[in-house]
Amino acid sequence: MASATDSPVIVPDEIEFVHGSSLWTDAWHRLRKNKLALFGLGCVLTITFLCLIGPLVTGYTYEQTDLTLKASPPLDKIIKRTETLKNDEKKVTFYSLTNIEDEFVEKPRDERKRIAAGLARGEEYSEGAFVYQSSNQKHLFGTDALGRDLLTRVLVGGRISLSVGFVATLISVAIGVVWGTTAGFAGGVVDNVMMRIVDVLYALPFTVIVILLMVFCGRNFILLFVAIGAVEWLTMARIVRGQIISLKHQEFVEAAVSLGLSRARIMFRHLIPNVTTVIVIYATLTVPNVMLLEAVLSFLGLGVPPPMSSWGVLISEGASTMETSPWLLWIPAAFFSLTLFSLNFLGDGLSDACNPKSAKD
Amino acid sequence: MIKLIVSRLLQLIPVVWIVLTVTFFLSKSIPGGPFSAERQVTPEVKQKLDEYYGLDKSLLEQYVHYIARVAHFDLGPSYTYQTSSVNEVIARAFPVSLQIGTLAFIIALAIGVTAGVVAAIYKNQIWDYLPMSLAMAGICVPTFVMGPILAVYFGLTLKIAPVSGWYGLDYAPLHPMILPAVTLGLFYAAYIARLTRGGMLDVLNQDFIRTARAKGVPDRDIIFKHAMRGGLLPVVSFLGPEFAGLISGSFVVEKVFNVPGLGQEFIKSVFNRDYPLILGTVAFFAVLIVVFNLLADLLQSAMDPRTRK
Amino acid sequence: MNARPFFPAVTAALLVFSLLKLNAATPPALEEANRRKILLICEGTEPRTLDPHISQGVPEHHIIMGLMEGLMEHDPNDQSKRLPGLADRWEHNEDYSVWKFHLRDNAKWSNGDLVTAQDFVFSYKRILTATLGAPYIDALYILKGARDYAAGKITDFNEVGVKALDDRDLQFELIGPTPYFLSAILHTSWFPVHPATILKFGRMDERDTKWTRPGNYVGTGPFILKIWKENDVIELVRNPLYWDAANVKLNGINFYSIENYDTQERAFQAGQLHKTQELSLDKIPYYRREHPELIRIDPYEGAYFYRINVKRKPFDNPKVRLALNLAIDRESIVKNITRGKQKPATGYVPPGMGDYEPLDVIHYDPDQARRLLAEAGYPNGNGFPKFNILINTSQSHRTVAEAIQQMWKQELNIDVGIENQEWKVYLDSQNSLNYDVSRSGWIGDFMDPVTFLSVWRTGDGNNNTGWSNPEYDKLLDQAAQTADPQKRFSILHQAEQLWLSEPSGVLLYWYTLVYNLDPSVKNWNPLALDDHNYKFIDLEENGIPKLSLAH
Repeated sequence: MASATDSPVIVPDEIEFVHGSSLWTDAWHRLRKNKLALFGLGCVLTITFLCLIGPLVTGYTYEQTDLTLKASPPLDKIIKRTETLKNDEKKVTFYSLTNIEDEFVEKPRDERKRIAAGLARGEEYSEGAFVYQSSNQKHLFGTDALGRDLLTRVLVGGRISLSVGFVATLISVAIGVVWGTTAGFAGGVVDNVMMRIVDVLYALPFTVIVILLMVFCGRNFILLFVAIGAVEWLTMARIVRGQIISLKHQEFVEAAVSLGLSRARIMFRHLIPNVTTVIVIYATLTVPNVMLLEAVLSFLGLGVPPPMSSWGVLISEGASTMETSPWLLWIPAAFFSLTLFSLNFLGDGLSDACNPKSAKD
Repeated sequence: MIKLIVSRLLQLIPVVWIVLTVTFFLSKSIPGGPFSAERQVTPEVKQKLDEYYGLDKSLLEQYVHYIARVAHFDLGPSYTYQTSSVNEVIARAFPVSLQIGTLAFIIALAIGVTAGVVAAIYKNQIWDYLPMSLAMAGICVPTFVMGPILAVYFGLTLKIAPVSGWYGLDYAPLHPMILPAVTLGLFYAAYIARLTRGGMLDVLNQDFIRTARAKGVPDRDIIFKHAMRGGLLPVVSFLGPEFAGLISGSFVVEKVFNVPGLGQEFIKSVFNRDYPLILGTVAFFAVLIVVFNLLADLLQSAMDPRTRK
Repeated sequence: MNARPFFPAVTAALLVFSLLKLNAATPPALEEANRRKILLICEGTEPRTLDPHISQGVPEHHIIMGLMEGLMEHDPNDQSKRLPGLADRWEHNEDYSVWKFHLRDNAKWSNGDLVTAQDFVFSYKRILTATLGAPYIDALYILKGARDYAAGKITDFNEVGVKALDDRDLQFELIGPTPYFLSAILHTSWFPVHPATILKFGRMDERDTKWTRPGNYVGTGPFILKIWKENDVIELVRNPLYWDAANVKLNGINFYSIENYDTQERAFQAGQLHKTQELSLDKIPYYRREHPELIRIDPYEGAYFYRINVKRKPFDNPKVRLALNLAIDRESIVKNITRGKQKPATGYVPPGMGDYEPLDVIHYDPDQARRLLAEAGYPNGNGFPKFNILINTSQSHRTVAEAIQQMWKQELNIDVGIENQEWKVYLDSQNSLNYDVSRSGWIGDFMDPVTFLSVWRTGDGNNNTGWSNPEYDKLLDQAAQTADPQKRFSILHQAEQLWLSEPSGVLLYWYTLVYNLDPSVKNWNPLALDDHNYKFIDLEENGIPKLSLAH
C-alpha cells in the first residue's frame, strides 16, 4: 500500500491565483475574438458618431431649402444663374445640371440639349438679363425635391432613427422578456391570463392608439418611442414564453427548485441566460421593425413632424420617387441597411458569446 | 387536449369583449366624426344624420346598443359604404387578404426555413453568410420599397403581372395575388430565416445531438428527425400572431398593388371614423389572433420533445 | 452533407406554375378596350354612394354623371356653357326668378318608364327632407320655401317653389333673380331619381337602401350600372333606352378606384388605364420633358390657400394678414414645387368664370410686407409669436408648407412651425377654429363666382375663419337680388375686393388638373370643373401605341 506521502509534492515558487470568471466576463472575451462582431460594433459606433457630429460640419442644415435646385443627383454640377435686375442689383439662383432643361422647357428639344451640353462643358450661357455659369457648390449625396442637402438630412434623420430604434427596442425587450418568462414559468391560470392580455393588446388598433396619443400629447416624439415600444414587446413575450416552457422541464431547473431557490432567482439567473440567443436575435430583428414602423406611421401622417426627418421617412419618400430620383431612396436605404447588418453581426456575436453552450465545432 | 381547446376557445368571448370595449371608447375619443368633410353639411342635416346613426345618444347608450347587436353577430352598417353592412364588407375583403396572406406564408416558410437550416448547418461558412445576408437585405428592404420594384419589373418590364386591381384581369398571365404575396413573403422569409437559424443553432449545440452524432446517426436524420422539431420552436411562437396578421391584410402591400383587402379597409375605416367598421375589423382580427395563437401553442407542444409528458 | 431540401424549392416552383394562367400572348387591356370602346378611368377614392342626393365627393359625381342626366347637360367644349338635357326647351321671366322647363317626349328611365315632371317634384321633395341627410341640401335653398321645408317650418311640399304643371312641364319659383340658374341645375343634387325604385327599397328619406346596387339602379343617363366591385372597379355599360343613345360613342366606362398616385401611374404605363386621376409631383417634369403627349394640364376651378384664424392674435390685425400674403413668392412655388402650370393667385375667385375677370390685387412684395408688419407693431418680426401651419397628411401639402415656412422666415423673420394632422382631426380643428393658419382649398360647385364668395358670409358653414363683415354680407344679398348679369358681377367684384383688402386667407395659386391621358381618347377637352359629357367621348381603335417607357 503506497503511502499518500510517497510521491513528492511539488509546490511552485509562485502560486498563481486563477480568478473565477463570471458569465459576462467570459462573454466579453469570446466577443472580442469575433472579428465580424467587432466590425459590426465599429460600424454602429461610426454611424452614430457621424449622425451626432456630421450635420455640424456639412455646411448645410437639414431644413435649408433651395427651391430652384430641386432634386439633384449626388455630386451633380450646380449651375449659378445671375440675374441683373432693373436697379442693377444682382439676384443669384442655383440650378442643377440634370434639371437645367426645365428652365428652357419652352424651347425646342435640340436647342435645350445643346445649351445643357455647353453648360456641362463649363461654358457660360447668356440670355437677356440672365447669365448661367458653373458654380463650385457640391452636394455629396445630392438634394431632395426642395433642394435640401441629402447628406445632412440622412445624418440628422439617423439621430431620430437610431434613438427610436434603440430606445423602443430596449423597452420592448425589457418588458417582453420579463412578461414572457413569468408567464412561461408560472404556467396555469397566470400564464393564461397573461397571454390573453397579450392577445387583447395585440388586437387593439395601433393606429387609433397612436392618433389618440398624438392628439392628447401633441407632436412630442418621445411618445413615439413609447408607443412603438409598447407594441413591439408582445411578440417578444410570446417567443420567450415558448422557450421558457420548453426549458422549464429540464433537469437544471428541477435542481434549482429542489435547492429551494426563489422563483425570481431561477427565472433571472438560470432560465433567461439560456434563452439569450433567441432574445438577442429577436432584438436585432426588432430594431429594423421599429424603424420601419416609424416610417409607416409617417406614411400615414403620424410620425416625426416636418421638416424633421428619419431614415424611415426618407426611405418611404424616396420610394415614391424611385424612378425619377433613385438616390433619394438608395442612400438612406444604404445607411439603414448598413446599420442593420452591423447590428446583426454584433447580435450574432453577442448571442454566441453569451450562450454557455455555444460550441466551437 | 380537448379541454384545452375548448377552454381557449371560450376565452375568445372575454378577449373579444375587452378589445371591443377598449377600441370603442378609444375611437370615440379621437376628434373628428364620420361626416366631417371639406365641405360642411348644414347643421340641420348633421343633426338628422347623428340621429339616424344613433350618434346623438350618450356614449354609454351607444356602447350598450352596439354590444347587444354584436351578440347577435350583427356588426352594424358601415358609414363608408352606404349600401353594405360591416359583415358584408368583411365577407368580401377577407378572401382577398386570405389568399395573399396564405401564399405569402407558404413562400416565407419555404424560403425562410430552408435558408435558416442551411445557415445553421454551415455555420460561419459561405453558406451561412450568403443566406443570412440575403435575409438581412430582405428585412432592410421594406414592403413599400420592394412592392413598387417588383411591380415595375414584373408588371412593366416583363409585362406578365397586373400592377393594380383584383377583378377582371384575365388578360395577365399571373394572378393578381402573386406579386403582393411575393412582396410580403420575401419580407417575412427574412425574419423566419433568422429565427430558424438561431433556434437550430441552439438545438444543434445540445448534448443529445452530440450523442446522436457519436452513435453514427446520419446527418440528414439528425437535422430532420431530431433537430428541427426543437429548432423551429421560436419560429412557431412568432408565427401565431404573424399569420393572423398576414391573412387579415397588410395594408401597405394592398395599397401599393391596389387590391381590395381587409388591411386597407381597416386603415381607411380609422381615417374615416367609420366606427362600426373599425370595431368589426378589430373584433375579427382578435378572433383570428386567439385562434392562431392557440394553434401555434398546440403545434409547439406537439413539436417540442421536452414538453411532452 | 447533402441534405439539401429540394422539396420546398420544387413545391414552390410547382405552385407558381399552377398559378400562371395559361393564356399568355393576350393583348394588353388598352388595345382590347379601344376595340370594344370601353373607357378606362381612374377615380381615386372609392365612392361612398351612387345616390345623386346623398353623394358628396368628386368620384361619386363623375360616376353618377354617367348614370344620370338632369334637365341640362354639360357642353363638351366650354364648361361655362350647357346643352339641353332631359329638357328640350325652357323659358324664364324677366328677372330670372321663375323658370319653366319642358321635358323631352322621348326622355326615358333605363327601365323604360317615361320621365315625368312629377318624378322631378318627388326628387326635390326627397332631397329637401332633412332626415335623408343630403350634404348638398342647401344647393336647393334657392327654391322658394325650400329652406323652411328643410327646417320643418312648413310641412306641405306644395308650398315649395317647384311644381309639375303637367306630365311634361316643370316650373320653378326662386327666392330671387338667378341668372345662373341653368348652370346651377347641372349639379347632381338637382338630378331626378326614379320614385318607384326608391320606394321599392325603402322610404323616400331612407339612406343606405340597396336601390343603388347593380341590377336595381334606374337612371336617365347614357349608361347603366353593371358591376360594382368595391375598392376595385365600377363598370358601366351602354343604356339602349337613353333618349340620345344613337349619339353615344362609347359602349362602356370602367371606373377604377386606385388611391395611390404611383400605382395609378404604373397602371397607366401598363396599359390598364386610359386616364389617371392625378400625377405625383415628381413625375410632372419628366412627362413634360420626355412625353408631353401623355400628360394633360388643364385649368381647374379651384383656389389653393391657407385659411387664417382671425379670432386669434395677432391675426385679428388685417395688416398682419396682408403682410403674410405679400411675403410669398408664388411664382417660385408654382414653378419649382407644384410645377403643373398652376397660376399664382392674384385674387380669390379663379379665372374661367365667363365674364367675371379675376382680380389682380395680391402680389409678391416683400418690402411692402415688411412695412405692413412693422406698422402692425412687429418691426422685423420682433415679438411676433410663433405659430403653426396646420396641414393634413400629404407629401405635396407638406412640401408647399415647408417652402412657405422658409419664405416667412427669410422675408419677415418670423418663426413658423408645421403641424401635420390626420385628415379628420384636421377637419375638426379647422371647423372648431382650433388652428392658427390652415392649409385649405375650395373647388367651385358650378361656374359662377358666388360659389366661391358665399363662403365668407358671416356664419357660413364653410367660413371656418371667424371672418365677418356686414358690408360684405350686404353686397352678397344685393347681388342675389340683381337680375342684370353685368351689374351683378360688378357687385360681386366689390365684395371680393372688400375681402381681399382684409383677407382671412393667404392666397397661393389657382388649381390645374395634371393627369395622364392616353392619346387614343378623343374629345376629352380641358374643362374647368372636370365635368365631362361622356356622350361625346370616343376611343380611337387603331390609336398610336404608347411609347414604352423603358425601365
